[in-house]
Amino acid sequence: MNVSSVKGSMSISSSTSTWKAGDTISDQFPAGLRVLVVDDDPTCLMILEKMLIACLYKVTKCNRAETALSKLRENKNGYDIVLSDVHMPDMDGFKLLEHIGLEMDLPVIMMSADDGKQVVMKGVTHGACDYLIKPVRIEALKNIWQHVVRKRKNEWKEFEQSGSVEEGDRQPKQSDDADYSSSANEGNWKGSKRRKDEEEETDERDDTSTLKKPRVVWSVELHQQFVAAVNQLGIDKAVPKKILELMNVPGLTRENVASHLQKYRLYLRRLSGVSQHQSNLSTIISAQDPTFGSLSSLSGLDLQTLAATGQLPAQSLARLQAAGLGRATAKSAIPITLVDQRNIFSFENPKLRFGEGQQQHMTNKQQVNLLHGIPTTMEPKQLVSLRHAAQSVGNMNMQVPPHGPQSGQNNPLLMQMGQQQQQQQQSRGQILVDSTINHAPRLSSMGQPILSNGMATNVSSRSGIPENIRAPGYSQTPSMLNFPMNHASELPGNCFPLGSTPGVSNLTSKGAFQEDVNSETKGSGGFMPSYDVFNDLNQHKPQSWELQNVGIAFDSSQHSNSLQGNLDLTQSALGQQGFSSGQMNGHNRSAAVASKAMFSTGDVKELRSAQNINQHLNNLLVDNTIRVKSERVCDTSPANIFPDHFGQDDLMSALLKQQESVASSENEFDFDGYSMNNIPV
Amino acid sequence: MERNPMRRQLASLRKSLFDQGYLDEQFMELEQLQDDANPNFVEEVVTLYYRDSARLIVNLDHALERRPLDFSKLDGLMHQFKGSSSSIGAKKVKAESTLFREYCKSGNAEGCMRTFQQLKKEYATLRKKLETYFQLARQIGPMESANRPK
Repeated sequence: MNVSSVKGSMSISSSTSTWKAGDTISDQFPAGLRVLVVDDDPTCLMILEKMLIACLYKVTKCNRAETALSKLRENKNGYDIVLSDVHMPDMDGFKLLEHIGLEMDLPVIMMSADDGKQVVMKGVTHGACDYLIKPVRIEALKNIWQHVVRKRKNEWKEFEQSGSVEEGDRQPKQSDDADYSSSANEGNWKGSKRRKDEEEETDERDDTSTLKKPRVVWSVELHQQFVAAVNQLGIDKAVPKKILELMNVPGLTRENVASHLQKYRLYLRRLSGVSQHQSNLSTIISAQDPTFGSLSSLSGLDLQTLAATGQLPAQSLARLQAAGLGRATAKSAIPITLVDQRNIFSFENPKLRFGEGQQQHMTNKQQVNLLHGIPTTMEPKQLVSLRHAAQSVGNMNMQVPPHGPQSGQNNPLLMQMGQQQQQQQQSRGQILVDSTINHAPRLSSMGQPILSNGMATNVSSRSGIPENIRAPGYSQTPSMLNFPMNHASELPGNCFPLGSTPGVSNLTSKGAFQEDVNSETKGSGGFMPSYDVFNDLNQHKPQSWELQNVGIAFDSSQHSNSLQGNLDLTQSALGQQGFSSGQMNGHNRSAAVASKAMFSTGDVKELRSAQNINQHLNNLLVDNTIRVKSERVCDTSPANIFPDHFGQDDLMSALLKQQESVASSENEFDFDGYSMNNIPV
Repeated sequence: MERNPMRRQLASLRKSLFDQGYLDEQFMELEQLQDDANPNFVEEVVTLYYRDSARLIVNLDHALERRPLDFSKLDGLMHQFKGSSSSIGAKKVKAESTLFREYCKSGNAEGCMRTFQQLKKEYATLRKKLETYFQLARQIGPMESANRPK
């Protein structure tokens, strides 16, 4: 057998990370697969080597984990898969597994004579692709190539998604941040605004993806630099862009950093034994459900949002989620990026309902608190950010405000987020959780990335709006929002889709924004038609839409989305009324203001009042949603409606109240995203 | 011609190893890996096994002399030994290893020591039998040894 030649051909076709399903793979594959086998038992090692050679693989053996790691580092792209024993004297097999995952991202198969459930479970949780019980039979080895193929396929998909995100991101963000590694589809930006553009973008993206970015191998030094940068920034504030800047490594892209960050966070999480992200993820994912009941986490939302925006095909979302979340129940369209949702909301929302609903969910019950947090920390800007990821939003919101100027940054972040999200759906779950927990601090750090995500998502959703919304200081955010959050997993592990935040900030910024928003929101009308959420909601009650609008305005403050999130979209109709009032609170300050106003009316639930407020809000908010008829330009003196900075506590409580009362907080989210815009902060 | 009776003897010896439970299917896996490129593969692996596992046996002996017994350490050592033994298909040895680990888990010192003695016996017996087997196989010729139809 001519292994070397086979290998050569194989490597050509299969060695790139951009391997596509359609790519021609050498006919010889899996022959020539480059396997690194690590086992301290010489007998086993000898047998394994012989077996692998019999499978026509190209085998390298090591009897120590350290040796294996150094071999991997020396020759970063020299191996396709690693087989490792669990019990080794110099290093635990699981530790090696994590190192490989972080630095090289190769598929790893664990082996052990121990077949106890715990051990096998440990392998799974640490990221092993497979677990073989010793003594290993050759039949088991004949199929290990499937893991290589699977991983590449997933990577490619992620790449694609990030690619699209980037594109989307790029477009809106043309103004700033030129460090998008990919692409070239700037022209698409406008096109991408529309939902269908997504397809185009996707196509384009495909082209871009075929460019195949070379996979970055994270060497020890590089990883150390990365860790140093992260520590310097603070794990909560570590956003890919900043990390990238600190690391100052030529040729390293933000996306690389973002995805690595995601993994790193996963790793840290694992270290601390936190599996909440998983649960988060599941929650997020579950949030996706139509009921949006469970804000499973931004990721879910984002994904949905993305999906909603059409940028991310539902299936991909499902896939992403499934992949990203891994453990989490991958619901098909759970938009991971909350941001997206936010974006949706903020900008256009009504349609986005989907996203919003999610956001709401996200913010949901748990988030409700977030919302609370929002008011506290949220500034008008935050409100905007809130919109984005319901959860993340919550968190984000907090962050958003500070990011006003960062919007530029956000964009890249968004992109990253998008990318990361995909990859990090899981992490996202985490983030969401985290965000909810931390909110403010997180948001800020994440805000950026989130914004970008949100932006990204918004971009997709908004198509038309982003630009407008920008106006007040959002300029960047819109772009961010516009990002197609393709990557559900965009949110880099920690970055919650702030995308919306940028918008949020704008919203909060106030009135001025409103005007812009209004105009923009109108644009958004066309924006994500796919948001059923909105549609459904709207249909229920036109009036409720009004409320929604209001909600939208609040959206920015929506982080409180939890309010909304909780609300079931289906109930949106109901919720809307009450919701709007609630929404107002939840959402940005303006929202808060509005809500306050609402509250003052004494009947939050009152549709009427809500409506009124909505109208006001609408005015305030860009009337993105088409549905929102009340596009009353914001002359409703947003000022009154949103007294700047309501006592956040007030808001929070109001929001909470509303949430409870408003079942359909979703609607709020749905709202067209104006909220962000209109929020006259 | 002379080979035929030798081959028959070899076949019979091999069969008895399986029938008497000294070897299991894993040994056959090793035989499958033997080919023209590695005509003595099985023998090489077994030789390597005995060389490497001797070290483990010594460590186990020492660990068993301590008082009190460190069951966790004993278990760890035996885990390694078991993995090695199972990879060449040493059935009886593997069974004793499993039993030993059970005793470790339940903290039964007496059981551990008794089992270990038994294990060493099986270990030695298998070694002798395999040495005979390989010797015969080498006499017959590389192609014919170990490549037996299932």
